[in-house]
Amino acid sequence: MLYANAFIFTVLFLVVGMALPIGALAVLGPLLRPNRPSAGKTATYESGVEPVGDARARYNVRYYLYALLFVVFDVEILFLYPWAVEYHHLGLFGFTEMIVFIVLLTVGLIYAWRKKVLEWN
Amino acid sequence: MFSWQATPLRPLTLLGMLIGVVVVLALVLGIVTYLIYFERKVIGWMQGRIGPNRVGPLGLLQSVADVLKLLIKEDIIPANADRALFLLAPVIAFVPSFMVLAVIPYTASHIFTANLNVGLLYYIALSSLTILGIVMAGWASNNKYSLLGGMRSAAQMISYEIPLGLSVLGVVMLAGSLNLVTIVQHQATDRFGWYIIPQIIGFVVFMIAALAELNRTPFDLPEAESELVAGYFTEYSGFRFAFFMLSEYVYVFAISALATTLFLGGWAGPFLPSWLWFAIKTSAIIFFLFWVRATMPRMRGDQLMSFAWKVLIPVALFNVVLTGALSLIG
Repeated sequence: MLYANAFIFTVLFLVVGMALPIGALAVLGPLLRPNRPSAGKTATYESGVEPVGDARARYNVRYYLYALLFVVFDVEILFLYPWAVEYHHLGLFGFTEMIVFIVLLTVGLIYAWRKKVLEWN
Repeated sequence: MFSWQATPLRPLTLLGMLIGVVVVLALVLGIVTYLIYFERKVIGWMQGRIGPNRVGPLGLLQSVADVLKLLIKEDIIPANADRALFLLAPVIAFVPSFMVLAVIPYTASHIFTANLNVGLLYYIALSSLTILGIVMAGWASNNKYSLLGGMRSAAQMISYEIPLGLSVLGVVMLAGSLNLVTIVQHQATDRFGWYIIPQIIGFVVFMIAALAELNRTPFDLPEAESELVAGYFTEYSGFRFAFFMLSEYVYVFAISALATTLFLGGWAGPFLPSWLWFAIKTSAIIFFLFWVRATMPRMRGDQLMSFAWKVLIPVALFNVVLTGALSLIG
Protein backbone atom coordinates (compact mmCIF):
# COMPACT_ATOMS: atom_id res chain seq x y z
CA MET A 1 0.00 0.00 0.00
CA LEU A 2 2.63 2.49 1.04
CA TYR A 3 5.04 1.38 -1.63
CA ALA A 4 2.31 1.89 -4.25
CA ASN A 5 2.20 5.58 -3.29
CA ALA A 6 5.59 6.14 -4.90
CA PHE A 7 4.32 4.74 -8.19
CA ILE A 8 1.17 6.86 -8.03
CA PHE A 9 3.49 9.84 -7.59
CA THR A 10 5.38 8.96 -10.78
CA VAL A 11 2.06 8.54 -12.62
CA LEU A 12 1.16 12.08 -11.52
CA PHE A 13 4.47 13.21 -13.03
CA LEU A 14 3.38 11.60 -16.29
CA VAL A 15 -0.03 13.32 -16.18
CA VAL A 16 1.36 16.78 -15.35
CA GLY A 17 4.26 16.32 -17.76
CA MET A 18 1.77 15.65 -20.57
CA ALA A 19 -0.60 18.41 -19.47
CA LEU A 20 2.06 21.13 -19.80
CA PRO A 21 2.96 20.65 -23.51
CA ILE A 22 -0.63 19.86 -24.49
CA GLY A 23 -1.92 22.88 -22.59
CA ALA A 24 0.74 25.17 -24.01
CA LEU A 25 0.64 23.88 -27.59
CA ALA A 26 -3.01 22.99 -28.15
CA VAL A 27 -4.96 25.22 -25.72
CA LEU A 28 -2.99 28.38 -24.95
CA GLY A 29 -0.94 28.53 -28.15
CA PRO A 30 -3.71 28.96 -30.74
CA LEU A 31 -5.08 31.93 -28.76
CA LEU A 32 -1.75 33.76 -28.80
CA ARG A 33 0.01 32.94 -32.04
CA PRO A 34 -0.86 33.92 -35.60
CA ASN A 35 -1.71 31.21 -38.14
CA ARG A 36 -1.15 32.37 -41.71
CA PRO A 37 0.56 29.54 -43.61
CA SER A 38 1.78 30.20 -47.14
CA ALA A 39 3.49 28.05 -49.74
CA GLY A 40 6.83 29.71 -48.98
CA LYS A 41 6.56 29.12 -45.25
CA THR A 42 5.51 25.51 -45.41
CA ALA A 43 8.16 24.54 -47.95
CA THR A 44 10.90 22.26 -46.66
CA TYR A 45 13.98 24.20 -45.61
CA GLU A 46 17.07 23.48 -47.66
CA SER A 47 19.34 26.50 -47.20
CA GLY A 48 17.13 28.73 -49.33
CA VAL A 49 17.06 26.64 -52.51
CA GLU A 50 14.22 24.50 -53.85
CA PRO A 51 14.29 21.14 -52.05
CA VAL A 52 15.61 18.32 -54.23
CA GLY A 53 13.88 14.97 -53.93
CA ASP A 54 12.53 13.38 -50.79
CA ALA A 55 14.47 13.31 -47.51
CA ARG A 56 13.46 9.73 -46.78
CA ALA A 57 16.16 8.18 -48.91
CA ARG A 58 18.30 5.21 -47.97
CA TYR A 59 20.93 5.75 -45.33
CA ASN A 60 24.07 4.09 -44.11
CA VAL A 61 23.76 0.47 -42.97
CA ARG A 62 26.10 1.27 -40.05
CA TYR A 63 23.15 2.66 -38.12
CA TYR A 64 21.47 -0.77 -38.15
CA LEU A 65 24.64 -2.51 -37.02
CA TYR A 66 25.01 -0.12 -34.09
CA ALA A 67 21.33 -0.57 -33.22
CA LEU A 68 21.76 -4.36 -33.18
CA LEU A 69 24.87 -4.12 -31.01
CA PHE A 70 23.02 -1.77 -28.69
CA VAL A 71 20.13 -4.19 -28.21
CA VAL A 72 22.52 -7.01 -27.34
CA PHE A 73 24.58 -4.98 -24.89
CA ASP A 74 21.62 -3.21 -23.28
CA VAL A 75 19.96 -6.50 -22.42
CA GLU A 76 23.24 -7.79 -21.00
CA ILE A 77 23.59 -4.70 -18.80
CA LEU A 78 20.11 -5.38 -17.46
CA PHE A 79 21.35 -8.77 -16.21
CA LEU A 80 24.17 -7.02 -14.33
CA TYR A 81 21.79 -4.82 -12.30
CA PRO A 82 20.19 -7.46 -10.04
CA TRP A 83 23.62 -9.00 -9.56
CA ALA A 84 25.06 -5.63 -8.47
CA VAL A 85 22.22 -5.07 -5.97
CA GLU A 86 22.77 -8.48 -4.36
CA TYR A 87 26.56 -8.45 -4.67
CA HIS A 88 27.22 -8.22 -0.91
CA HIS A 89 25.34 -11.46 -0.27
CA LEU A 90 26.79 -13.44 -3.17
CA GLY A 91 30.48 -13.25 -2.24
CA LEU A 92 33.13 -15.12 -4.21
CA PHE A 93 30.60 -17.31 -6.03
CA GLY A 94 28.75 -14.29 -7.43
CA PHE A 95 32.03 -12.65 -8.39
CA THR A 96 33.36 -15.60 -10.40
CA GLU A 97 30.00 -16.13 -12.08
CA MET A 98 29.95 -12.53 -13.18
CA ILE A 99 33.57 -12.64 -14.36
CA VAL A 100 32.52 -15.45 -16.69
CA PHE A 101 29.58 -13.38 -17.90
CA ILE A 102 31.68 -10.24 -18.45
CA VAL A 103 34.37 -12.25 -20.29
CA LEU A 104 31.71 -13.60 -22.65
CA LEU A 105 30.47 -10.05 -23.16
CA THR A 106 33.99 -8.84 -23.90
CA VAL A 107 34.50 -11.68 -26.39
CA GLY A 108 31.41 -10.44 -28.22
CA LEU A 109 32.78 -6.91 -28.25
CA ILE A 110 36.18 -8.08 -29.53
CA TYR A 111 34.43 -10.10 -32.25
CA ALA A 112 32.52 -7.02 -33.40
CA TRP A 113 35.75 -5.03 -33.23
CA ARG A 114 37.71 -7.52 -35.34
CA LYS A 115 34.84 -7.76 -37.86
CA LYS A 116 35.20 -3.97 -38.27
CA VAL A 117 31.61 -3.33 -37.19
CA LEU A 118 32.87 -0.50 -35.00
CA GLU A 119 34.58 1.34 -37.86
CA TRP A 120 32.58 4.36 -39.00
CA ASN A 121 33.30 5.38 -42.57
CA MET B 1 -0.85 16.36 3.79
CA PHE B 2 2.69 16.30 2.40
CA SER B 3 3.79 13.24 4.36
CA TRP B 4 2.20 11.01 1.75
CA GLN B 5 5.05 8.53 1.75
CA ALA B 6 3.92 6.86 4.97
CA THR B 7 0.15 7.16 4.82
CA PRO B 8 -2.46 5.15 2.91
CA LEU B 9 -3.85 6.85 -0.15
CA ARG B 10 -6.74 9.25 0.53
CA PRO B 11 -8.08 12.11 -1.60
CA LEU B 12 -6.20 14.60 0.57
CA THR B 13 -2.86 12.79 0.16
CA LEU B 14 -3.48 12.60 -3.57
CA LEU B 15 -4.00 16.37 -3.57
CA GLY B 16 -0.77 16.74 -1.60
CA MET B 17 1.06 14.68 -4.21
CA LEU B 18 -0.43 16.73 -7.04
CA ILE B 19 0.66 19.97 -5.37
CA GLY B 20 4.12 18.44 -4.94
CA VAL B 21 4.32 17.60 -8.66
CA VAL B 22 3.18 21.08 -9.68
CA VAL B 23 5.73 22.64 -7.31
CA VAL B 24 8.48 20.53 -8.93
CA LEU B 25 7.27 21.60 -12.38
CA ALA B 26 7.27 25.30 -11.43
CA LEU B 27 10.73 24.97 -9.86
CA VAL B 28 12.08 23.18 -12.91
CA LEU B 29 10.72 25.80 -15.30
CA GLY B 30 12.36 28.49 -13.18
CA ILE B 31 15.63 26.55 -12.99
CA VAL B 32 15.69 26.01 -16.76
CA THR B 33 15.01 29.70 -17.43
CA TYR B 34 18.01 30.73 -15.36
CA LEU B 35 20.12 27.79 -16.53
CA ILE B 36 20.00 29.24 -20.04
CA TYR B 37 20.85 32.70 -18.71
CA PHE B 38 23.66 31.22 -16.60
CA GLU B 39 25.07 29.31 -19.58
CA ARG B 40 25.07 32.38 -21.83
CA LYS B 41 26.64 34.52 -19.11
CA VAL B 42 29.33 31.95 -18.21
CA ILE B 43 30.28 31.25 -21.80
CA GLY B 44 30.24 34.98 -22.50
CA TRP B 45 32.72 35.62 -19.70
CA MET B 46 34.92 32.70 -20.76
CA GLN B 47 35.09 34.17 -24.26
CA GLY B 48 35.80 37.69 -22.98
CA ARG B 49 32.29 38.97 -23.72
CA ILE B 50 29.65 40.36 -21.38
CA GLY B 51 26.76 38.06 -22.31
CA PRO B 52 23.09 39.07 -22.18
CA ASN B 53 22.71 42.39 -20.32
CA ARG B 54 19.86 44.30 -21.99
CA VAL B 55 16.54 42.83 -20.81
CA GLY B 56 15.95 43.63 -17.14
CA PRO B 57 18.70 44.29 -14.58
CA LEU B 58 21.93 42.46 -15.59
CA GLY B 59 19.95 40.82 -18.39
CA LEU B 60 18.11 38.64 -15.86
CA LEU B 61 14.86 38.69 -17.85
CA GLN B 62 16.49 37.65 -21.15
CA SER B 63 15.27 34.03 -21.05
CA VAL B 64 11.78 35.13 -19.96
CA ALA B 65 11.64 37.44 -22.99
CA ASP B 66 12.85 34.60 -25.23
CA VAL B 67 10.13 32.26 -23.99
CA LEU B 68 7.40 34.88 -24.44
CA LYS B 69 8.65 35.61 -27.94
CA LEU B 70 8.55 31.90 -28.84
CA LEU B 71 5.03 31.61 -27.40
CA ILE B 72 3.61 34.21 -29.81
CA LYS B 73 5.49 32.93 -32.89
CA GLU B 74 3.63 31.13 -35.64
CA ASP B 75 3.69 27.34 -35.46
CA ILE B 76 4.72 26.33 -38.99
CA ILE B 77 4.08 22.75 -40.11
CA PRO B 78 5.90 21.88 -43.35
CA ALA B 79 3.62 20.71 -46.16
CA ASN B 80 5.70 17.57 -46.73
CA ALA B 81 5.89 16.62 -43.06
CA ASP B 82 4.18 13.66 -41.46
CA ARG B 83 1.70 15.83 -39.61
CA ALA B 84 0.70 13.61 -36.67
CA LEU B 85 4.26 12.57 -35.82
CA PHE B 86 5.51 16.12 -36.32
CA LEU B 87 3.01 17.46 -33.78
CA LEU B 88 3.60 14.66 -31.28
CA ALA B 89 7.42 14.56 -31.27
CA PRO B 90 8.10 17.51 -28.91
CA VAL B 91 5.64 16.11 -26.38
CA ILE B 92 7.30 12.68 -26.47
CA ALA B 93 10.72 14.28 -26.08
CA PHE B 94 9.62 16.40 -23.11
CA VAL B 95 7.52 14.02 -20.98
CA PRO B 96 10.33 11.58 -20.00
CA SER B 97 12.67 14.48 -19.22
CA PHE B 98 10.17 15.67 -16.63
CA MET B 99 9.28 12.19 -15.36
CA VAL B 100 12.86 11.33 -14.41
CA LEU B 101 12.75 14.14 -11.84
CA ALA B 102 10.28 12.10 -9.78
CA VAL B 103 13.00 9.93 -8.23
CA ILE B 104 15.69 12.53 -7.49
CA PRO B 105 16.01 13.07 -3.72
CA TYR B 106 16.30 16.86 -3.43
CA THR B 107 16.13 17.17 0.36
CA ALA B 108 16.57 15.02 3.44
CA SER B 109 12.79 14.94 3.99
CA HIS B 110 12.09 13.98 0.35
CA ILE B 111 8.61 15.42 0.08
CA PHE B 112 9.02 15.74 -3.67
CA THR B 113 10.63 12.34 -4.23
CA ALA B 114 9.12 9.02 -5.15
CA ASN B 115 11.02 6.63 -2.89
CA LEU B 116 11.18 3.89 -5.54
CA ASN B 117 13.22 0.74 -4.94
CA VAL B 118 14.13 0.78 -8.63
CA GLY B 119 14.84 4.53 -8.75
CA LEU B 120 18.08 4.36 -10.73
CA LEU B 121 16.68 1.87 -13.23
CA TYR B 122 13.59 4.07 -13.60
CA TYR B 123 15.80 7.04 -14.45
CA ILE B 124 17.92 5.20 -17.01
CA ALA B 125 14.92 3.49 -18.62
CA LEU B 126 12.91 6.69 -18.99
CA SER B 127 15.75 8.90 -20.14
CA SER B 128 16.30 6.60 -23.13
CA LEU B 129 12.70 7.19 -24.26
CA THR B 130 13.64 10.71 -25.37
CA ILE B 131 15.54 9.18 -28.31
CA LEU B 132 12.14 8.15 -29.65
CA GLY B 133 10.94 11.76 -29.74
CA ILE B 134 14.14 12.88 -31.43
CA VAL B 135 14.01 10.22 -34.15
CA MET B 136 10.32 10.95 -34.67
CA ALA B 137 11.09 14.65 -35.12
CA GLY B 138 13.88 13.93 -37.57
CA TRP B 139 11.79 11.51 -39.60
CA ALA B 140 8.53 13.47 -39.57
CA SER B 141 10.12 16.74 -40.70
CA ASN B 142 10.97 15.22 -44.10
CA ASN B 143 14.03 17.43 -44.21
CA LYS B 144 17.51 16.14 -45.03
CA TYR B 145 19.20 18.01 -42.20
CA SER B 146 16.60 16.83 -39.72
CA LEU B 147 16.83 13.20 -40.78
CA LEU B 148 20.63 13.24 -40.61
CA GLY B 149 20.49 14.93 -37.21
CA GLY B 150 17.91 12.47 -35.93
CA MET B 151 19.88 9.43 -37.13
CA ARG B 152 23.15 10.74 -35.72
CA SER B 153 21.43 11.53 -32.48
CA ALA B 154 19.94 8.06 -32.18
CA ALA B 155 23.26 6.36 -32.98
CA GLN B 156 25.11 8.53 -30.49
CA MET B 157 22.58 8.27 -27.67
CA ILE B 158 22.20 4.49 -27.86
CA SER B 159 25.98 4.06 -28.03
CA TYR B 160 26.62 6.20 -24.96
CA GLU B 161 23.73 4.75 -23.02
CA ILE B 162 25.68 1.53 -22.51
CA PRO B 163 28.70 3.15 -20.79
CA LEU B 164 26.24 5.29 -18.80
CA GLY B 165 24.42 2.20 -17.58
CA LEU B 166 27.70 0.41 -16.80
CA SER B 167 29.33 3.33 -15.00
CA VAL B 168 26.67 3.48 -12.29
CA LEU B 169 26.96 -0.27 -11.58
CA GLY B 170 29.90 0.30 -9.24
CA VAL B 171 27.77 2.63 -7.12
CA VAL B 172 24.96 0.06 -7.05
CA MET B 173 27.45 -2.62 -5.92
CA LEU B 174 28.79 -0.45 -3.09
CA ALA B 175 25.37 0.67 -1.89
CA GLY B 176 23.59 -2.63 -2.57
CA SER B 177 20.50 -0.79 -3.75
CA LEU B 178 18.95 0.95 -6.73
CA ASN B 179 17.00 3.28 -4.44
CA LEU B 180 18.51 6.75 -4.79
CA VAL B 181 17.56 7.70 -1.21
CA THR B 182 19.36 4.62 0.14
CA ILE B 183 22.40 5.40 -2.03
CA VAL B 184 22.64 8.89 -0.48
CA GLN B 185 22.24 7.49 3.04
CA HIS B 186 24.96 4.92 2.37
CA GLN B 187 27.40 7.63 1.35
CA ALA B 188 26.90 9.36 4.70
CA THR B 189 27.95 6.21 6.60
CA ASP B 190 30.36 4.56 4.16
CA ARG B 191 34.03 4.58 5.18
CA PHE B 192 35.10 6.12 1.86
CA GLY B 193 32.57 8.93 2.11
CA TRP B 194 31.26 10.19 -1.21
CA TYR B 195 31.32 7.55 -3.95
CA ILE B 196 33.36 9.83 -6.20
CA ILE B 197 36.43 8.58 -4.27
CA PRO B 198 36.09 4.78 -4.62
CA GLN B 199 34.25 5.18 -7.95
CA ILE B 200 36.45 7.77 -9.63
CA ILE B 201 36.63 5.73 -12.86
CA GLY B 202 32.87 5.32 -12.82
CA PHE B 203 32.43 9.05 -12.27
CA VAL B 204 34.65 10.01 -15.21
CA VAL B 205 32.88 7.55 -17.52
CA PHE B 206 29.51 8.78 -16.23
CA MET B 207 30.30 12.43 -16.92
CA ILE B 208 31.59 11.74 -20.45
CA ALA B 209 28.59 9.56 -21.27
CA ALA B 210 26.28 12.19 -19.75
CA LEU B 211 27.74 14.88 -22.03
CA ALA B 212 27.06 12.64 -25.02
CA GLU B 213 23.54 11.78 -23.85
CA LEU B 214 22.80 15.48 -23.54
CA ASN B 215 24.11 16.11 -27.08
CA ARG B 216 26.40 18.77 -25.67
CA THR B 217 29.85 19.86 -26.82
CA PRO B 218 32.17 18.05 -27.57
CA PHE B 219 29.48 15.53 -28.59
CA ASP B 220 27.05 17.97 -30.22
CA LEU B 221 27.21 16.49 -33.73
CA PRO B 222 23.45 15.91 -33.94
CA GLU B 223 22.85 19.62 -33.45
CA ALA B 224 25.89 20.97 -35.24
CA GLU B 225 24.62 24.42 -36.25
CA SER B 226 27.29 24.99 -38.84
CA GLU B 227 26.67 21.77 -40.80
CA LEU B 228 23.18 20.51 -39.95
CA VAL B 229 21.28 23.74 -39.13
CA ALA B 230 20.43 22.51 -35.62
CA GLY B 231 19.73 18.93 -36.74
CA TYR B 232 16.48 17.24 -35.82
CA PHE B 233 14.57 20.44 -35.01
CA THR B 234 15.45 22.44 -38.12
CA GLU B 235 11.80 22.55 -39.21
CA TYR B 236 10.37 23.36 -35.78
CA SER B 237 9.33 26.87 -34.89
CA GLY B 238 7.63 28.68 -32.06
CA PHE B 239 6.66 26.78 -28.96
CA ARG B 240 7.29 23.33 -30.38
CA PHE B 241 10.93 24.32 -30.80
CA ALA B 242 10.81 25.66 -27.24
CA PHE B 243 9.77 22.25 -25.93
CA PHE B 244 12.81 20.59 -27.49
CA MET B 245 15.05 23.19 -25.87
CA LEU B 246 13.16 22.81 -22.61
CA SER B 247 13.60 19.05 -22.51
CA GLU B 248 17.31 19.44 -23.27
CA TYR B 249 17.84 21.81 -20.38
CA VAL B 250 15.66 19.78 -18.03
CA TYR B 251 18.02 16.89 -18.80
CA VAL B 252 21.03 19.08 -18.02
CA PHE B 253 19.52 19.69 -14.59
CA ALA B 254 18.38 16.08 -14.15
CA ILE B 255 21.70 14.46 -15.03
CA SER B 256 23.58 16.91 -12.81
CA ALA B 257 21.17 16.08 -9.99
CA LEU B 258 21.72 12.37 -10.64
CA ALA B 259 25.52 12.79 -10.61
CA THR B 260 25.19 14.68 -7.31
CA THR B 261 23.06 11.91 -5.87
CA LEU B 262 25.25 9.04 -7.01
CA PHE B 263 28.74 10.42 -6.59
CA LEU B 264 28.72 13.60 -4.47
CA GLY B 265 26.70 12.52 -1.46
CA GLY B 266 23.38 14.02 -2.54
CA TRP B 267 21.72 16.33 -0.03
CA ALA B 268 24.06 15.38 2.84
CA GLY B 269 26.43 17.97 4.30
CA PRO B 270 27.18 19.82 7.52
CA PHE B 271 25.65 23.11 8.85
CA LEU B 272 23.64 24.19 5.81
CA PRO B 273 20.09 22.93 5.10
CA SER B 274 19.92 19.83 2.92
CA TRP B 275 18.29 21.50 -0.12
CA LEU B 276 21.05 24.12 -0.17
CA TRP B 277 23.76 21.44 -0.19
CA PHE B 278 21.96 19.74 -3.04
CA ALA B 279 21.71 23.03 -4.95
CA ILE B 280 25.42 23.83 -4.43
CA LYS B 281 26.63 20.42 -5.61
CA THR B 282 24.26 20.34 -8.58
CA SER B 283 25.30 23.86 -9.60
CA ALA B 284 28.95 22.81 -9.50
CA ILE B 285 28.25 19.94 -11.92
CA ILE B 286 26.17 22.19 -14.19
CA PHE B 287 28.99 24.75 -14.22
CA PHE B 288 31.37 21.96 -15.22
CA LEU B 289 29.13 21.03 -18.18
CA PHE B 290 29.10 24.67 -19.37
CA TRP B 291 32.83 24.97 -18.83
CA VAL B 292 33.43 21.94 -21.06
CA ARG B 293 31.29 23.54 -23.76
CA ALA B 294 33.43 26.69 -23.71
CA THR B 295 36.66 24.66 -23.79
CA MET B 296 36.31 21.71 -26.15
CA PRO B 297 35.98 21.62 -29.95
CA ARG B 298 33.46 19.31 -31.61
CA MET B 299 34.53 15.68 -32.20
CA ARG B 300 34.43 13.91 -35.55
CA GLY B 301 31.68 11.36 -36.19
CA ASP B 302 33.93 8.30 -36.43
CA GLN B 303 35.92 9.36 -33.34
CA LEU B 304 32.68 9.74 -31.45
CA MET B 305 31.38 6.24 -32.12
CA SER B 306 34.68 4.42 -31.69
CA PHE B 307 35.33 6.29 -28.44
CA ALA B 308 32.11 4.92 -26.95
CA TRP B 309 32.65 1.32 -28.03
CA LYS B 310 36.43 0.98 -27.91
CA VAL B 311 37.28 3.08 -24.86
CA LEU B 312 34.32 3.81 -22.60
CA ILE B 313 32.64 0.38 -22.59
CA PRO B 314 35.86 -1.59 -21.85
CA VAL B 315 36.83 0.94 -19.16
CA ALA B 316 33.37 0.75 -17.58
CA LEU B 317 33.43 -3.08 -17.63
CA PHE B 318 36.89 -2.99 -16.05
CA ASN B 319 35.50 -0.68 -13.36
CA VAL B 320 32.76 -3.19 -12.53
CA VAL B 321 35.30 -6.03 -12.19
CA LEU B 322 37.68 -3.84 -10.16
CA THR B 323 34.92 -2.73 -7.78
CA GLY B 324 33.84 -6.35 -7.34
CA ALA B 325 37.39 -7.53 -6.63
CA LEU B 326 38.18 -4.69 -4.21
CA SER B 327 35.00 -5.10 -2.17
CA LEU B 328 35.67 -8.85 -2.06
CA ILE B 329 39.13 -8.25 -0.57
CA GLY B 330 38.41 -5.35 1.78
